[in-house]
Amino acid sequence: MIQFEKFELQNGLRVLVHHDPSTPMAVLDVLYDVGARDENPEKTGFAHLFEHLMFGGSINISDFETPLQLAGGENNAFTTNDLTNYYIQLPAENIETAFWLESDRMLSLSFSKKSLEVQRKVVCEEFKEHYINKPYADAWFKMRELAYKVHPYRWMTIGKELSHIENAQLSDVKNFFFKHYRPVNAILVVAGNIKTETVRELAEKWFGPIPPGEKYIRNLAREPRQTSARELEIRADVPLDAIYKSYHMASRTDDQYYTTDLITEVLGGGGSSRLHHVLVKEKKLFSNIECYHTGSTDAGLAVIEGKLIKGIKLEDANKAIEIELDKIKSELVEAKELIKVKNKTESAILFEDMSVMNRATNLAMYELLGDANMMNTELEKYQSVSAEQILETSKTVFDNNNSNTIWYYSKN
Amino acid sequence: MLNRKLAPKITDAVEFELALPPYTKHTLKNGVDVYSIDLGTQDTMMVTWVFYAGNWYEEKNLVASATNFLLKNGTSQKKAFAINEHFEYYGAYLNRTCHHETAELTLHCLSKHVNELLPVVAELITDSVMPVDELEIFKKNMAQRLQVNLLKNDFVAGRLIDAYLFGPEHPYGKYSSLEDYAALNQDEIKDFYTKYYQGGRGFILVAGKLPEGIISEIEKYFGGLALKPSGAPEKIMSHPVKPAQQKKYSVLNDPNGVQGAIRIARDFPNRHHPDFQKMQVLNNVFGGYFGSRLMANIREDKGYTYGIYSYLLNQVQTSGLMISTEAGKEVSEATIAEVYNEMKSLREKPVGEEELQTTRNFMIGTLLGDLDGPFQVAGRWKNILVNNLDEQYFYKGIEIIKSITPAELQELANKYLDPKDYYELVVV
Repeated sequence: MIQFEKFELQNGLRVLVHHDPSTPMAVLDVLYDVGARDENPEKTGFAHLFEHLMFGGSINISDFETPLQLAGGENNAFTTNDLTNYYIQLPAENIETAFWLESDRMLSLSFSKKSLEVQRKVVCEEFKEHYINKPYADAWFKMRELAYKVHPYRWMTIGKELSHIENAQLSDVKNFFFKHYRPVNAILVVAGNIKTETVRELAEKWFGPIPPGEKYIRNLAREPRQTSARELEIRADVPLDAIYKSYHMASRTDDQYYTTDLITEVLGGGGSSRLHHVLVKEKKLFSNIECYHTGSTDAGLAVIEGKLIKGIKLEDANKAIEIELDKIKSELVEAKELIKVKNKTESAILFEDMSVMNRATNLAMYELLGDANMMNTELEKYQSVSAEQILETSKTVFDNNNSNTIWYYSKN
Repeated sequence: MLNRKLAPKITDAVEFELALPPYTKHTLKNGVDVYSIDLGTQDTMMVTWVFYAGNWYEEKNLVASATNFLLKNGTSQKKAFAINEHFEYYGAYLNRTCHHETAELTLHCLSKHVNELLPVVAELITDSVMPVDELEIFKKNMAQRLQVNLLKNDFVAGRLIDAYLFGPEHPYGKYSSLEDYAALNQDEIKDFYTKYYQGGRGFILVAGKLPEGIISEIEKYFGGLALKPSGAPEKIMSHPVKPAQQKKYSVLNDPNGVQGAIRIARDFPNRHHPDFQKMQVLNNVFGGYFGSRLMANIREDKGYTYGIYSYLLNQVQTSGLMISTEAGKEVSEATIAEVYNEMKSLREKPVGEEELQTTRNFMIGTLLGDLDGPFQVAGRWKNILVNNLDEQYFYKGIEIIKSITPAELQELANKYLDPKDYYELVVV
C-alpha cells in the first residue's frame, strides 16, 4: 500500500505527497500534460526539444545545474508521445532548492537564442546517435507511419524529421511553453523524507504565485479502425533480415489493456515464453524475438519483432509467428502459464516500488491518467484477468486485418 | 515579496555523515563466505554467487563467457526451458554475467519465494551439462548479434580502445570475433565449468528484506558443495599488459555514418593507489557529470554531442582513464581539440573554491542516493570485496572528497591530464 496525500493549489496545480521516512532523500517530480501527440504535424519534435530547453535557464535562474549540484542533487527528464516528466533527487534537507528551481521554470524560461541554437544541435546529435547511425534505425519511424494514418502517434517523440528541429523558431518555442507549461496542466509530486505540511508550505510559497494558464483540452484526431492488413518492405545495408509486426490494442485505462499486457508476457516475456522457446530454441528460425507493447495512453500497439537466422526466408519466419498467434487465439492458456505471468507482474511492481524515485514518477503518471490511487489497484486488475479473457482479447488484437508488418530485408 | 533570484539556504552535503551499512558474515561448512545485508522495506531480495571464473582464467577466447551463459541451459534433470520456466513462474530473475576476474549468477526474487529457488541454483552450479545443441544455438545467435553490432561505431570504438590500452590478448583488452565463436567446443566449456564453477572459488552476497532462516537455507543447499573455501590462496595466472605503440587511430567503419565515436584514454593505477580516489574528484570536475567541464563546453556551449563523459575504468588489477562521446562527424576533430583544451585548463589554473564546493556537495549528495537501498549497499560491498579492499576505502573516499584542495587537484591534472599520454581513436 503506497500512502499519499493530495491537494490542489488555487492556480490548479495538483500536488501529491508520499512520505517515506526510510530514505534520506527526497524526490520532486513535475509532470506536464504534454507529449509528442500534442504537436503540430508540421512542427514535430517540439515537446522533446522543449525538454532540452528547460535546462537552458529560467527567467530568474540563468544556471540551473550549479545550484542543484551545490545542494547535492541530480536531475533529469524524459518526454514520450504522451507526457513530459522532470525530476530532481536530493538530500531531503535541501528540498526547498528543488521547489525554487522547478517553480521558476514553470513561471517562465529565459528563452535565449543561444540556448535554442545549442539545444537544436544537441537534439540533432541525439537524433543521429539513436535514429540514423544505427542498423534498423528506420524501422520504428516507418512502423508508426504504417500503423497510424491519422493519430499523432504516427510520428516519433524525437520528431518526424530532422528538418523540423533544424527549423524551429524562438517564437514557436515561446508559444508552445505558454500553451502547455502551466500550473493548470501540471502535476507536482514530492516523495521521500518530507512531511505533507512542509510540502504544502513550500508549494504555496513557490508555485502558488504562478498564474494558472489556460487548461489544455486535448482534441486529437481519432485513428479509424484498421480494417485490412498492411505491409511494407524495406531493404537496407544490414547483415540480417528482420521482421516487425504491430497490432492495434486498447488504451491505457481500458480493461483490455491488462489482458493484452499479460498476453505479451505469455508470448515474449523471457526464456520460457512461447515465441522464444518455439521460434528461437526449437525451430531455430530467429536469433532473437520479442513481444511487447508500446504502453501509450491512447490506443497503442502490441509488437512482435525479431532477427532471422541467416538463410531463413521471411515468409517462413512469418508463418511460424502466425502459428503461435493462432494457438493463443484458439486454446486457453494453461493455469500454470497464467499464474506465471501474474507472478511476474507482481514481482515487477514490487521491485519498481523499491525506489522512491519510481514511486514519485508513477504517482504522477497515474494521476495524469485520472487517479493516483491506481498505484495501489493496478496489481488487482492484473490478477483478475482470466484465461477466457486472454482468449477473447487475443482474437481481437491478433486479427490479421489489424496487422502491420514490415519485411526488413538485408541487401547483403 | 518572494525573491526568486535568491537561492534557498542549503545544508552542505559535505556536512552529512555517511555510513556504509555493514554486512554480517557467515562461513558455510565448506568454507564459502556469505555476506548478508538485511535492509529494505519491500519484500524483495537478491542473492549473488560470485565466482572467480571470468575471462582471466580461460585458455581460449570466449570460453569463460560461453560457460557462464550456458549455466542456465540444461542440467541432467532439466532442459533450458524447464529451468527458465521455474524461475519465471515465481516472477524471479536469474541473470548471469561474465567479467574479467569474476563471473556471477544473480537471483532477484520476492523474499517469500527464495526457498523454492535456491535448490535450482544449486543444481546449476553442480549439474549443468552444457548441451551441445544449446551451445550451437548460442554460437550462431552471438555471431549474428556481433555482425549487427559491428555496424555500430560506438561498439567498435569501445573494443578497440581497450585493446590499445591493455593489448589484444589481455583479458581486459581482448574482444570477440566470428571465428572465436565458431571455434567454441563443448569439451573446453565442460572443463572450464568443472574447474571454475563446480570446484570453483568465490563468495555469496545476499541482500534485501531477508526471511528468517535464510542463512540456514543457503547452508543447506550450498554448504555441502565441493567449492573451494573463499579464503583459499590462488595462483593468479599472469597476463602481461602490452599497450599499443601507436597513439592516434582513425577507423572507417561506416561510410554512411553521421557521427564519429571518439575514445581518448590512458592507463591509470588501480584502487589501491593513493591517486585513485583523488582522481575521482578531479574526474568529476573534468567530465564526470552533467555540470562538468567537458559537458559544459562540448555539449552545452558548442552542441557537438548529446553526451560526453570521462570516467575511471572499473578494472581490478590495473585501470585507465577514459573520455567517451559520439559527436557529429564534421565536428569530431574540434571535439577532440576541446577535450585537450579542458585538460590544459585544469593543468594551468587551479579549480576555483566555488566549483570545488559544488563538486564536493554533488559527489556526497549523489553518494547518499547511491546507498539508498539494500541492492545498492550490496553492490558497494561487492566492489570492495572483489578489489580486496575494506570499508576504510569507503570512508577514505569520503574524507578525500571533503578535504582535497585545489592545489592537489592541479598537481593531479599535471600528472595525468597530458594529451601526449593518451590514445586517441575516432571511428567513423
